[in-house]
Amino acid sequence: MTRLNSAAELEQLRASILSSRDPAKPCIAVCAGAACHGLDSSRVASAFQTEVGKLGADAGIEVRVTGCHGFCAKGPSVVVDPEGICYFEVKPEDVPEIIACTLKKEVVERLVYAHPGTGEKAVYIGEVPFYKHQTRLLIGDNTRIDPMRIDDYLALGGYGALAKALFQMTPDQVLDEVKKANLRGRGGGGFPAGLKWETAKNAPGKDKYVIVNAHEGEPGAFMDRALFTGNPHKVLEGLIIGAYAIGSHRGFIYTRHDAPQLIQHIEQALAQAQEYGLLGENILGSGFDFRVEVHYDVGIFVSGESSALMRSIEGLPPEPRPKYIRTSVAGIWDQPSNLNNVETWANVPQIISRGAQWYAGIGTAGSKGTKLVSLSGNVVNSGVVEVPMGTPLRTIVYDIGGGIPNGKAAKAVHFGGPMGGSIPANLIDAPLDFDELSRLGAPIGAGGLLVMDEDTDMVDVARYFLEFLTKESCGKCVPCREGMRQTLKVLTNITKGKGREGDIARLEDLNEVTGAACLCALGRTASDPLKSMLRYFKDEYETQIARGSEGKVAKVAGSAAT
Amino acid sequence: MSEVLMRIDGREVRAGDGMTVLQAARAAGIHIPTLCHHEKLEPFGACRMCMVEVEARGRKSYVVSCLYPVAKDLVVRTRSERVDKIRRVILEELLAHAPNSPELVELAREYRADRDRFDKDPSFCILCGLCVRYCAEVKQKNAVDFIERGALREISFIPEIAANECWDCQECFALCPTSYAQAAYFLTEALAFPGRRKESAPSA
Repeated sequence: MTRLNSAAELEQLRASILSSRDPAKPCIAVCAGAACHGLDSSRVASAFQTEVGKLGADAGIEVRVTGCHGFCAKGPSVVVDPEGICYFEVKPEDVPEIIACTLKKEVVERLVYAHPGTGEKAVYIGEVPFYKHQTRLLIGDNTRIDPMRIDDYLALGGYGALAKALFQMTPDQVLDEVKKANLRGRGGGGFPAGLKWETAKNAPGKDKYVIVNAHEGEPGAFMDRALFTGNPHKVLEGLIIGAYAIGSHRGFIYTRHDAPQLIQHIEQALAQAQEYGLLGENILGSGFDFRVEVHYDVGIFVSGESSALMRSIEGLPPEPRPKYIRTSVAGIWDQPSNLNNVETWANVPQIISRGAQWYAGIGTAGSKGTKLVSLSGNVVNSGVVEVPMGTPLRTIVYDIGGGIPNGKAAKAVHFGGPMGGSIPANLIDAPLDFDELSRLGAPIGAGGLLVMDEDTDMVDVARYFLEFLTKESCGKCVPCREGMRQTLKVLTNITKGKGREGDIARLEDLNEVTGAACLCALGRTASDPLKSMLRYFKDEYETQIARGSEGKVAKVAGSAAT
Repeated sequence: MSEVLMRIDGREVRAGDGMTVLQAARAAGIHIPTLCHHEKLEPFGACRMCMVEVEARGRKSYVVSCLYPVAKDLVVRTRSERVDKIRRVILEELLAHAPNSPELVELAREYRADRDRFDKDPSFCILCGLCVRYCAEVKQKNAVDFIERGALREISFIPEIAANECWDCQECFALCPTSYAQAAYFLTEALAFPGRRKESAPSA
């Protein structure tokens, strides 16, 4: 690898990568995302490599181990390019047949998607119902990239946005573009990223820091991991552009210690970007310096909260601190620190290369661009979904998700995991929009969408989420630690048939105080699932409490949440 | 130091720039209850008893006065229906752990908190952290610290340090609102280094 010293050298390298590749040559992409990996996709990948190896150097076929393709329910997933033929539930035994057919330009009919109801087949990625209703601007490249090879990212135009920002735009123009695009934070709050950047940029401070929050930890959220593991350079490119706009020379990636594949890909991406001169001193000969360090969590969910995360980077226990002064003004070591989530950073390169106007043309009035959604629960097609903001939830659950399995009816959809909320199935035409879903009581959060069928016990769902948070709170402030402890006790009693009169009032008081008085966002939103349930499913709570002393009839527990 | 003019409970109060609302209120003789605050220690913001209602630029919010900085024209209300409710529920939550702590019982009377509202969980410690922070910040010994997290959080004396440092100190005992610090210490002593006693302490 040679160091690149100008935008022209980057383009030369890109041209030479492209000229060495034959776009018509079949490429077999084997998914190694978390779900497929769990389904033994590594055996499928090595079977492909062995078989292709047998064909010799001129096999005329390439095998690529990639990040998450998206359709987790049908893994291991294999996509054959350039046509985009999709094979699902592939086993190592299927490999010789796939290779033989690929060489003959044929399709292995028995491995393509067949609709579970009608039996109708779909061969190409644009035809499979799970994919065809999506707009995959961020995750779509995953099938074309080996995350361990920067050349794959460069072949798709990677780091072109960085070159554009560094050589054709001033930092102010970059900031302005992100503001005009109205990119809102994807981590949960939906706060406009451009305004946050501006605060950090204008805040006084010798050093400024930019941080990727890759601490995805709540049950039912797996989109950031899919994106970052599958396409680490996209996030990194966004981070470098952001650093340039803000005037930061030091960045951090804060991620989980227990995601070995993600860690390997991040470290490789940093090393390769450094070697090419896309990171480090004098990036692309522009005079801009920027280096990045990776930090790992200590295994507690609250360390994804911004101020706790920053304390953790400082080397202290990850306890949130009150944010009467924003972290974008005084964050890590009291310096201006701009924290955005993985998906937010990943949106930046396309805003710079395609422009704010193009970006703002996607989505609704208040929510722009596409959104990644982790679709799970009682739904036929679970996986990572990317749709334009404004897409009705019905499209996600039914057209993409294939509806509820076993002929059951939907009862509720839950957004945002343990700090989100549930809305009843009759509101399923609501659009995927930060403000609209917040108003309904199911804020998008980071984008975990849990579908719950008619058998779901809503008391048990709230209990499950609280049980998670009671273990993951830091335990510092009283309304969080004690409020959740008491709420969990009341809910557990109700699910055990030991509900008491006054429980609803007790829950409402606890919710109100926890929501108003906690130190950090984890505590203040911990009561949100229960609040939404008391808003839409109060009768279910009342019925279960009333059943109290009689003892509860055997019932199906909330399978969606467990 | 420059001064700012603000209102607390309808009264005009002058406060030094850089003070917290709690400091400004106390300097003006206005009482705000606290459990985890101590003048010698850094503000902690954990008990949330000192929450007040503030209004700045037309926006009302609820903040902890021990950490919230004073500002020009800030309007503070130390009592309101909502503030009292927050304090009442917090007391009820803490009384489940230490139902007879004199400090809690007295506050419960003022805020009409029912000590039987929630299931009892008599751990006696309310995790105000006074002992932990006093030991770390004033004594700089770190002989007692928090362990575990979330609902499992508790204080614990570190035997290796406590054995050498605590026998002639024990200043944290008097700070504890429930006497749990003392109990935790003597339990640690009995288990890890029996017999090492402060001379004036009553013998076992």
